[in-house]
Amino acid sequence: MSAAPLLSVQDLTVRFRADSGWMTAIEEVGFDLMQGENLGIVGESGSGKSVTALSILRLHARTTTAIPKGRILYDGRDLLTMPERELRAVRGGEIAMIFQDPMSSLNPVLTVADQITETLRLHQNLDAAAARKRAIELLDLVRIADAPRRVDEYPHRLSGGMRQRVMIAIAIACRPKLLIADEPTTALDVTIQAQILELLRDLQAELGMSVILISHDLGVIAEFAQRVLVMYAGRIVEQASVRQLFRKPLHPYTDGLLAAVPRVDADVHRLPAIPGSIPDPNEMIAGCRFSPRCLEAIASCRAQAPALLDAGEGRRARCPPRIGSLTAP
Amino acid sequence: MTTASIATAAERLAPRRRFVVVRKLARHRSFRIGFVVVLLLVIAALAAPVLTGLDPTAMRVRFRFRPPQWDFPFGSDRFGRDIFTRVLYGAQISLWIGLGTTLLSGFVGAAVGVVAAQFRYLDAPLMRLMDALMAFPAILLAIGLAATLGPGLGNLIIALSVAYMPRTARLVRASALVVRELEFVDAARVAGAGHLRIMLRHLLPNCMGPLLVQLTFVFAYAILAEAALSFLGIGVPPPAPSWGNIVAEGRDFAVEAWWIMLFPGIAISLAALGMNLLGDGLRDVLDPRLKIEG
Amino acid sequence: MASGRLGGLASPLMRQLARQLAQAVPVLLIVAVLTFFLMHLLPGDPAVLIAGPEASREAVAQIRTQLGLDLPLHEQLFVWFTHLARGDLGRSLVLNQPVTEAVLERLPVTMSLALISFALTLPLGIGAGVLAACFRNTWFDAFVMLLALIGVSAPSFWIAILSVLLFSVSLGWLPSAGYVPIAQGMWPWFAALLQPALILALFQIGFLARITRSAMLDVLDQDFIRTARAKGVSEWKTISKHAFRNTLIPVVTVCGIIFSLLVGGSVVIEQVFALPGIGRLIVQAIIGRDYPVVQGTLLLLGFVFVLLNLAIDVLYTFIDPRIRYG
Repeated sequence: MSAAPLLSVQDLTVRFRADSGWMTAIEEVGFDLMQGENLGIVGESGSGKSVTALSILRLHARTTTAIPKGRILYDGRDLLTMPERELRAVRGGEIAMIFQDPMSSLNPVLTVADQITETLRLHQNLDAAAARKRAIELLDLVRIADAPRRVDEYPHRLSGGMRQRVMIAIAIACRPKLLIADEPTTALDVTIQAQILELLRDLQAELGMSVILISHDLGVIAEFAQRVLVMYAGRIVEQASVRQLFRKPLHPYTDGLLAAVPRVDADVHRLPAIPGSIPDPNEMIAGCRFSPRCLEAIASCRAQAPALLDAGEGRRARCPPRIGSLTAP
Repeated sequence: MTTASIATAAERLAPRRRFVVVRKLARHRSFRIGFVVVLLLVIAALAAPVLTGLDPTAMRVRFRFRPPQWDFPFGSDRFGRDIFTRVLYGAQISLWIGLGTTLLSGFVGAAVGVVAAQFRYLDAPLMRLMDALMAFPAILLAIGLAATLGPGLGNLIIALSVAYMPRTARLVRASALVVRELEFVDAARVAGAGHLRIMLRHLLPNCMGPLLVQLTFVFAYAILAEAALSFLGIGVPPPAPSWGNIVAEGRDFAVEAWWIMLFPGIAISLAALGMNLLGDGLRDVLDPRLKIEG
Repeated sequence: MASGRLGGLASPLMRQLARQLAQAVPVLLIVAVLTFFLMHLLPGDPAVLIAGPEASREAVAQIRTQLGLDLPLHEQLFVWFTHLARGDLGRSLVLNQPVTEAVLERLPVTMSLALISFALTLPLGIGAGVLAACFRNTWFDAFVMLLALIGVSAPSFWIAILSVLLFSVSLGWLPSAGYVPIAQGMWPWFAALLQPALILALFQIGFLARITRSAMLDVLDQDFIRTARAKGVSEWKTISKHAFRNTLIPVVTVCGIIFSLLVGGSVVIEQVFALPGIGRLIVQAIIGRDYPVVQGTLLLLGFVFVLLNLAIDVLYTFIDPRIRYG
């Protein structure tokens, strides 16, 4: 790699405390993100993708979360060990995040103006008038009509799509270098989804920011991301460019995910489903965590937990048999 | 009260999940402590004749005003009656009244609430009636009714039940209204279920979560209210050893014979505390998001 | 522009307010009817029971006419309502004065007690609840909640006796009984009311603390709190600006109940501390079988609380933007 990555997650392991004891949510997650790059993280519910995203800004509940291992390097500093005050400057100022449900993510008793200007006054030291003016500009930027009136509304008066735009406006207010979008379109109608994605793409080009997009929807990832991480049961199982992934997936799980997507152009009577279900986080599985459900599992898969192996062309996958057959003569 | 919280509570009380609920309760610290306290009190009440051979109303003037000692663990009062015995028998009275009030107000309140939710034209008049009853501070309503109906355990239970029933009714109605909108009720209606069946088999069982939590707190309120009424002289008539009566009797001798009013007061506090802890535990387990509605 | 937001008379807000007002009226009527029927719940002939076991036949007859009990029931109800419209709540049999007068004489006492109590309850209760929620699951939280639990479990009349033993008898800091009118000095008035007000407030403080903690925890678990943190808002600001305002909304609705509990609790406290207030009036009227006073006072209290609850509903409508601008 020639240029230094904007964000470098290394060996991240996060554990949560539940009623029954500690459970590992994600294990040894690592990836680099370059400046201006769009990274997608895809996986089912419970795969650990949101946990990974929340860890970047240290947004987990402190008393019930433990991060025994890992570093998240941003601008040469480790976000995980940064003092609180420094981290607060990064949050919203340099790295911003938007969440899945815009209704519950906006404070119901504060106006849109209040919530946007809060960020501006916090990170850019604007006075009330300047902040308000900038807030209206931002609403225009995210394509909300009638911005001067909308800015004084309360969140419950806006539609779902508009609320998500407001969230985006709040996030980009201080021109962050990185935007983390955790399932930004999942709670929205399909048509609105497309609009929001387009908005994100345009904003990204305009502001030159990097985006990490998390979704369980492969279609969204395909349309938006340049590079993809596939997560399963708390681990990264495949890493590739979007083209590489969709053209020729390496990990059996990715195979299953792609096969389960309904296609307009194929005549399929029954959508193939991956047999079995996601392992309980407390469950100790020796070997590959996908092996109980994998149709190609062999003895060595069940015996030893596989590492994330290099597959050439910048790809990686956590499946020794498949990688082995790739490099085999 | 959100659909989600009702649904969660209902789900947790479904037959197959009940065992899980019991296990969770057993692990909850507040619930455990409350359960032990209440259990001890119930045992003390039931085993009163065994634990003490004395008659709570027997006056033995020779032994008046004895401080706590071996023969009189809680001391004796001005008539020579053993306070320990009186407190134990007092537990019977308090627990009976608590139980009676809880059951009666729960039963009537649930009935009113479910009917109001099911028959929309009855909703407004019933709820206005409940509003009117709730306009009086509960204890005043109980006092007014108790005084009017006359002395006696039964009348006291009725008075207290009327005072606490409206809150239960409102709570059940709110839950039932939410449940009513859930799809399985539509399914039942389409399948031809009549009003009674819908109310009893579908609405009511799914309101049990908040109802149970509320009833444990009503038990605590009833114990405190009965004690207050007896203290004022409007509750259980003397010489019955209601805890409130004993405190009232001990008040005049608070300086010289402090033990008379101390132990019944501790008993009242423990009983209410135990029920409050039970209620806290139930609420946390059935759904942490269920709030107490006063 | 913002000017049109509250709308004219037909706006949803105005309609909501009108609806709340309209709902209060039948409640007031039912309160009046219920209190009327109180006397008729007496098992047996009210006139005989009120006159007492030793009364002569003439005395009973006199009471019967005096209270209008010789009229048929529906006429009695009519008389009751017409008197009500005039503000006539009946006449005390024992005190030989109109009920309204008896109540007004004692109103300042109960109001003083209730207001001081309320003034203590709000900051202590809400403060304790908020702090406990912020430091959830620490020893501080456990300690505060234990105190709150004791507050709602220990009977106030018992605590009152213990408190008087300590602060009045042993230490001599505060008077053990009696009411001092403000005319005789601000401090003596306050000193006489401090102990009763504090003990009266104990249950409410515990109650409010528990509810506030619960409400605050609810709010702290909401997504928008996470958004605030993700924006880089400081912990203090997140709590005071984002969380607290949302917590106040459910807490306001509880304030009506708090006041109701205060008035109810004052019945006992006034008795223990010999304060000549409305609570004491009711208890003495009950013991003395002075039913007109019992009826009239209950009616008055019922009305006050219906109106108070209405006021709180209206307040709630205004402070929750989802309802105000819904």
